[in-house]
Amino acid sequence: MQLESRAPTGPLAEKWDRCKMEMKLVNPANKRKYHVLVVGTGLAGGSCAASLAELGYNVSVFCYQDSPRRAHSIAAQGGINAAKNYRNDGDSVERLFLDTIKGGDYRSREANVYRLAQVSRNIIDQCVAQGVPFAREYGGQLDNRSFGGAQVSRTFYCRGQTGQQLLLGAYSSLNRQIAQGRVKSHPRHEMLDLVMVNGVARGIIVRDMVTGQIERHSGDAVVLATGGYGPVFYLSTNAKGCNVTATFRAYRRGALFANPCFTQIHPTCIPVTGDYQSKLTLMSESLRNDGRIWVPKTPADKRRPDAIPEGERDYFLERKYPSYGNLAPRDISSRAAKEACDAGRGVGDGGRGVYLDFADAIRRLGEPTIRERYGNLFEMYEHITGENPYKVPMRIYPAVHYCMGGLWVDYRLMSNIPGLFVLGEANFSDHGANRLGASALMQGLADGYFVAPYTITDYLAGVKPGAGTDLPEFAEAEAKVGGIMRRLQDARGKTSAQVFHRELGKMVWDQCGMARSRASLEKLLRAIPEIRERFWKDVSVPATAGGMNQGLEYAGRVADFIDFAEVLATDALTREESCGAHFREEYQTEDGEAARNDAEYSFVSAWQNGGEGNAPVLHREHLKYEFVKPSVRSYK
Amino acid sequence: MKLHLKVWRQAGPQDAGRFENHTVEGVTPDMSFLEMLDVLNDKLLAQGKPPIAFDHDCREGICGSCSMMINGRAHGPTRGTTCQTYMRNFTDGQTVVIEPWRARAFPVMCDLVVDRSAFDRIQQAGGYVSVNTGGAPDGNCLPVPKDNSEKAMDAAQCIGCGACVAACKNASAMLFVAAKVSHLGLLPQGQPERSRRVLAMVAKMDEEGFGNCTNQYECEAVCPKAISADFIARMNRDQIGSTLIPAE
Repeated sequence: MQLESRAPTGPLAEKWDRCKMEMKLVNPANKRKYHVLVVGTGLAGGSCAASLAELGYNVSVFCYQDSPRRAHSIAAQGGINAAKNYRNDGDSVERLFLDTIKGGDYRSREANVYRLAQVSRNIIDQCVAQGVPFAREYGGQLDNRSFGGAQVSRTFYCRGQTGQQLLLGAYSSLNRQIAQGRVKSHPRHEMLDLVMVNGVARGIIVRDMVTGQIERHSGDAVVLATGGYGPVFYLSTNAKGCNVTATFRAYRRGALFANPCFTQIHPTCIPVTGDYQSKLTLMSESLRNDGRIWVPKTPADKRRPDAIPEGERDYFLERKYPSYGNLAPRDISSRAAKEACDAGRGVGDGGRGVYLDFADAIRRLGEPTIRERYGNLFEMYEHITGENPYKVPMRIYPAVHYCMGGLWVDYRLMSNIPGLFVLGEANFSDHGANRLGASALMQGLADGYFVAPYTITDYLAGVKPGAGTDLPEFAEAEAKVGGIMRRLQDARGKTSAQVFHRELGKMVWDQCGMARSRASLEKLLRAIPEIRERFWKDVSVPATAGGMNQGLEYAGRVADFIDFAEVLATDALTREESCGAHFREEYQTEDGEAARNDAEYSFVSAWQNGGEGNAPVLHREHLKYEFVKPSVRSYK
Repeated sequence: MKLHLKVWRQAGPQDAGRFENHTVEGVTPDMSFLEMLDVLNDKLLAQGKPPIAFDHDCREGICGSCSMMINGRAHGPTRGTTCQTYMRNFTDGQTVVIEPWRARAFPVMCDLVVDRSAFDRIQQAGGYVSVNTGGAPDGNCLPVPKDNSEKAMDAAQCIGCGACVAACKNASAMLFVAAKVSHLGLLPQGQPERSRRVLAMVAKMDEEGFGNCTNQYECEAVCPKAISADFIARMNRDQIGSTLIPAE
């Protein structure tokens, strides 16, 4: 299979404008004849659905939550990047582009990343116009903070709830279109299959999670904005409901899954306390602006943090990366914390934790300033741990947070299946092997507000509108979905899906987490078929015919996580280099940094379903660097 | 710790519903309330019994999905959502009564799950600024006084969980609607539609079957985001003003 990125030729700064001029338009009167299905209502899905409806298309949106406003974008805390240069500190589109490409360890497409940096400025304007209450200076101007991987201050924020406010902005635009009848909202609906007619995406099969009914929906294009697959590790900062089912079932239908092994581990999360734990809570990276990360210099030092004198503390990020210090990128900070804990210098019960200390910042700026900047985060920390971070340093440890990998898309965000568009975290496109902080919100909204409305229009201009669901392809997909659910209910086992999920996740985390090796990945690949076999024999799923059945929903998602873990491990095994978040123990420099191999691995790994019982098939999209020279990514 | 639970079970909207007794052992102080229920559900599934249905998602207090009345208090004994309620706030041997939100406008769907789509419909009635994507002027063209933007943010952080309704003896949604109206009403972007918005949203709230406010402030007491009941007064002023002298 030849993977065409369809990135336009010509100077970087002109590519997107050129592409927009080349793309076709749809006459305003004809737009209402088209119907687009949007799955997922986070920043990418919500903004895309609203923008398409504003253009005049008919849109149906689907989400598994009880309201579009609850998609997990809502939990993003720190902020959103934009190259506004309001601070006069040397920011520009070029610099945001370079930071993002470098942050991604040179495994992303130049053209995509440049476009992202370009539209970042429009996003802030759009959100301000919607009434998003961004933090302001006394003069009424927008305030900024700095984030990891950048030396300029370009992150816009709404206290520690930026994702919530941006999502409520997109949701308000969506509501306006729902009120006008151009968007039909289907909350509590879960997508279970993609329907293809003559090789083109023409619909989806969903389950109404209230009645249990299986429904067919047809459209002229299908948009997946269903987020990442973090919970394949079981414990992650994702919501409990986040899952890989929509994208993985599209993969089963032939969509390529790109770079699944690029999974981001966030350095600042609250450490694990016990086996019952259902999720990990992130403490925003913005805390690293004022907090200092340290561990005791001597292993197994059990003294209280305030009893450890300055000279006996190791501020390891400041020591190892003096120019970026506590704001070193996420992958680097996470690995440094793991290294400290592996050496026995970790703090807290179990020794898997490092301190994030605000004592200096409180002395310098005073408690009120710190409270204003991070009040809600401190409160959240105290609520969960029972400790007051104004008095005692926070304890943090890395946790799975974001997936750079996702379905393969071209420059126009269309997958290899015509008519199937993939947006936001669900696609693989812009972050390479590692995402910088405050860039996920930027990408989700860039895709939804400013890219997809143009590229979907171009696609629709070439299709004849209107297709029903009364086709054999819909019947086949519906039967397939029904078959999976029956098989789950027929197992009549004794073990809840959660128990299998926990077991799978622990294995994926241990063998394919912050560090991977050939041996660990092969071990994982041997263990997955064994879990799968036990799962299908022993899973316990409530056997109700209709109505709400949360046990059935969850079991279906766990079944997909088990199969998906194989693709993830296969990708990690075949990428024999270390880059960004993908750290292969065999490939490191003398001082333990990632050793990238541009000569052999400067490509996107796009995996095709090999069919039942067969290994996935690798396709490569080679990355061409015309404008940037990939260099060793140093933050020292 | 060992806890005795009395949990509301209701197979569907038409079912009468009843309390079911369960004992959960091995509860530890660092467990969240929902994790305690996960443990119970695993046990129920192992016995081939239907697990307790409840809404939950982010489990970090921001999505607003979780919604339980715990011992008569919305979201339980501490400030914050049910998912952010930790078992260190309960004692060994305690009996814990768990119910869904009770309000005419929030019908029970299954066990502890209620239908809160009325909140979505209220927002569809006017909880937005009518601006299309594209063509917005530079963000700094519109200075917003810091105090106004802070106050708007105080209101905007509402997570739409519905605890305010559940706690109110009148099942009033005034705090929720006031938060939404005030967020936009405090910002310059919200001014052109200010009258239209407050009138439409209040009318929709009444139509959905929520009660009126009789100044008990239970809503403020249970709100996970501590949204002030002052916003209700603000909305009332806005509404009266808009009825008498519409801004448009």
